[in-house]
Amino acid sequence: MADSKSLIALKAIDRTFYLGDSQVYALRNVNLDINPGEYIAVMGPSGSGKSTLLNLLGLLDRPDAGTYQLEGRDVTTLAPDEQAKVRSERIGFIFQSFHLVPRLTAAANIELPLILAGMPAAERTKRVAQALKEYGLVDRAQHRPNELSGGQRQRVAIARATVQRPAVLLADEPTGNLDRVTGEEVVRLLEALNAQGMTLIVVTHDHALGARARRQIKMEDGVIVSDITHMPEQAG
Amino acid sequence: MKIIDTFRYARDAATGTPLRTGLLIIAMSIGVAAVVVLTALGDGARRYVVGEFSAIGSNLVIVLPGRSETRGFNPANLITSTPRDLTLDDATALLRLPGVERIAPILIATTEINASGKLREAMLLGTNSDYIRVRKQKLALGRFLTQEDLGHGAAEVVLGAAIRREIFGTTNPLGKTVRVGDRRLRVIGVLSEGGQGMGMTSDELLIVPVATAQAMLNSNTLFRILVESRSREQIGEVKARVLKMITQRHEGEEDVTVITQDAVLKTFDKILNVLTLGVAGIAAISLAVAGILVMNVMLVSVTQRTAEIGLLKALGATSASVRQLFMVEAVLLSVTGAVVGIALGYLGAAILRDIYPTFPAYPPMWAVLAGLGTALVSGLVFGVMPARHAAQLDPILALAKR
Repeated sequence: MADSKSLIALKAIDRTFYLGDSQVYALRNVNLDINPGEYIAVMGPSGSGKSTLLNLLGLLDRPDAGTYQLEGRDVTTLAPDEQAKVRSERIGFIFQSFHLVPRLTAAANIELPLILAGMPAAERTKRVAQALKEYGLVDRAQHRPNELSGGQRQRVAIARATVQRPAVLLADEPTGNLDRVTGEEVVRLLEALNAQGMTLIVVTHDHALGARARRQIKMEDGVIVSDITHMPEQAG
Repeated sequence: MKIIDTFRYARDAATGTPLRTGLLIIAMSIGVAAVVVLTALGDGARRYVVGEFSAIGSNLVIVLPGRSETRGFNPANLITSTPRDLTLDDATALLRLPGVERIAPILIATTEINASGKLREAMLLGTNSDYIRVRKQKLALGRFLTQEDLGHGAAEVVLGAAIRREIFGTTNPLGKTVRVGDRRLRVIGVLSEGGQGMGMTSDELLIVPVATAQAMLNSNTLFRILVESRSREQIGEVKARVLKMITQRHEGEEDVTVITQDAVLKTFDKILNVLTLGVAGIAAISLAVAGILVMNVMLVSVTQRTAEIGLLKALGATSASVRQLFMVEAVLLSVTGAVVGIALGYLGAAILRDIYPTFPAYPPMWAVLAGLGTALVSGLVFGVMPARHAAQLDPILALAKR
């Protein structure tokens, strides 16, 4: 399956944690190929290794063995600063608890990845204004996170994750802290981004959310137990 | 990450916790203000003393009766136990020495002046005509004592400015007769106001010829002899010659002390500089304490902002960027504290000068720079550990914290 066109290619990935003197195999011999534009849900019980997989894909964690190729480039051997650059340019994170900086306004939160990337101020302002418009946050631009609703907060977080136009969007329980209606809104937003070509990988407990993805990966004890791709069909 | 953005982010992070930031800045500013005010005090003391001594005159060699240092047993001590007094003849002899420009004998006593129905206590100063030039003082009215043989005392007096004002008011005192002690003296001149030196003001002096003073006090001794050397370079030679001459005249016994103004000035300058450094050192302890406080606050800040640091890393911040953010924040806090402290220090010094106008309590520039520098360095040094701590945080664990 590993062809040169794939966006992400994991080969024989192992990741082991040590808790006291016992070893915990978070990932065991994981092989995974992901093509550009895929919509993937990673599901499984707690401790199945799905969060470790996501951290690994986001270059926040390093495998103990195996290789990870992102866009044809081996990123496991990169220096920490180069990995930071890859995170900055190619990967967007969305968290269950949003992780907005409380003292910064919505606009400033969205601007953060651009500041860290060292983009000139004029261009940043343009990009942030555009993102605020795209996500319907124009009238909330100067509000701080504690003045925003949960759905608005997650929209700010999504705007922040996508303002650098990454290749992969990694979402860890994106609806976990939201009620059903706002959760639904957020999922539609993510699916719309996927429809525009952004690869979307969602980690979730929620079967209803997982069932919406075209490709569903189930994990148990650090191993991928099933990997099902549904033929594209009209969503109900 | 651009430097300006680093600064802006660090500033926002600091102002995001106003109480903590405010307390830290107060602590740092108290440390710096202590350095500034205490060095202003020390340096003010130095300037005050140096100024007082310079006001005596320049290139001076001062002869005091009596020895101020002990030497081994001298057979002469068995016969002559008391030191000889300085006399007018000693003074006249000194004037003939090479390198001596002029001399002024000095005899001082307290006395009373009585004129136009008013009585007042005053300092009587017996001296010669060269005194005014040796001490670099000025006349407001009339003339000074005339050049004449030291042994001959005219019944004349030069008044200090305060005496003239209080006895005569605005009327012209020249030519008037005043009663000083049991003598009637004619006023020939008035000193200008504000002469200082040797811890006393010239405003309250009555200056009379030295022979007149000796007659009034029924004494033939002198309090001091001021010797002015021709140049600064000759001070050392003049001092040696003066000592030799007096020893000769006093039958081989070295029973006077000769001090040069230069040496006195240098000694005081040195002592008071050390004193200033000492108090600056004590004040620097409070700066060090403030530095440790900066470190503590930054460590707390790192702990409280763990999730934020994890987020920054997930968003593509390098470890170096994270380290810089926290370093810059520590330095910003320290430097702001230092600037506030310098302002407080200058204010404190200004208040001191207001309370004691004669005391020149100006903070020396080196102390201000040292205070600022120490604050900057302590910000950097004590910021390193928390910043490293932040940069080394594992982003996964940091993000897991809610």
